[in-house]
Amino acid sequence: MSAPTTAYTRHHPRWYRRRVSVWWWLESWRYTRFVLRELTSLSVGFFALVTLGLVAALAEGPGAYAIYLHWLRSPLSIFLHCVALFFIVYHAVTWFHLAPRAMVVRLGGQRLPDSAIIAANYLAWFAASGALFWLLLRGSQ
Amino acid sequence: MAELIQLEVTRYQPERDAAPRTETFDVPLRDDWTVLDALNYIKDREDGSLAYRWSCRMGVCGSCGMMVNGYPKLTCATFLVDYAEQREPVRVEPLAYFPIIRDLVVDLTDFLHKLRKVKPWLVVEKEKPLAEGEYKQTPAQLEQYKQFSMCINCLLCYAACPVIGLEPGFLGPAVIALARRYNLDNRDQGAGERLELCTERDGIWQCTFVGECSKVCPKNVDPAGAIQQYKIEAALHALKSFLLPWSAR
Repeated sequence: MSAPTTAYTRHHPRWYRRRVSVWWWLESWRYTRFVLRELTSLSVGFFALVTLGLVAALAEGPGAYAIYLHWLRSPLSIFLHCVALFFIVYHAVTWFHLAPRAMVVRLGGQRLPDSAIIAANYLAWFAASGALFWLLLRGSQ
Repeated sequence: MAELIQLEVTRYQPERDAAPRTETFDVPLRDDWTVLDALNYIKDREDGSLAYRWSCRMGVCGSCGMMVNGYPKLTCATFLVDYAEQREPVRVEPLAYFPIIRDLVVDLTDFLHKLRKVKPWLVVEKEKPLAEGEYKQTPAQLEQYKQFSMCINCLLCYAACPVIGLEPGFLGPAVIALARRYNLDNRDQGAGERLELCTERDGIWQCTFVGECSKVCPKNVDPAGAIQQYKIEAALHALKSFLLPWSAR
């Protein structure tokens, strides 16, 4: 428990410095949630790689493209996409709810309420998604 | 006989302890007693050598910040009855990440050094003559920075910030919020100097927006918000000086 030491003198304090464990983010759910949010970047990276792969397959020719599409339809690929989508939605929702803290918008001298900024983010998200769907569905007809 | 509650208090007496240990005390559980009252009871009745900081007992001085059950709290505003249901003793520890001097007392030297660096006062290039009167401010101008001026330097935000633990050089939530408080004050002219300091390696970009600093703040200062707003301002400033180099600052 305790051991006598000689380094301490009355006029020279001996501070005790604590080390931070590498598992600090598992000590509390609050920090685990934060690290999960940071890790969602891996999902973003996954989608970027899949898209790049698609472009590369397209450039290689119809054969390679067909093989790539076949892989995309495989259960493993669908499973990975579902996991990545979950984390990306988690990322988007948590960031939208943090946005009002970073964005201070004043209208007529009054600070806009947090809910207005969160709603604006959701609206922009839905509008962008809607536009993308329209573009894709129009192209597939 | 009054009902009792157990407190598990961190003890560190550098003249005899190589590392902190814990000591458990039984304290009367009273409705109107805070954790600080319990510590005062221990010091009065059980062990006069217990060391901790406190002063005002009403959430203004910011001295009595400690970890209660692992969460940064002002002990004068943390009531024992809120922990009455738990079976384990209430853990009272010194603020996380700071070096411990003795028992529950931590060393604030490093924080005070960082605080001084951001010049938390009104920086005025040239004082105007007295005859011209006072520096006036409208309620709307006051509103710009008022929230950030509520900081009482209790350092709960530092104990909640894992970045402080991992990167001890980081200026930290309260210091950056105070830098922003003065930047947003229309009487101040030091924003340029503070921006330079706050965009250095140990400044705003170290913050990963964990957001816990704002959750533990007893004064609703929202230091996490202050840092993110500062990041946007710094990014816009960098973009502006890149696109319009002649209009720097």
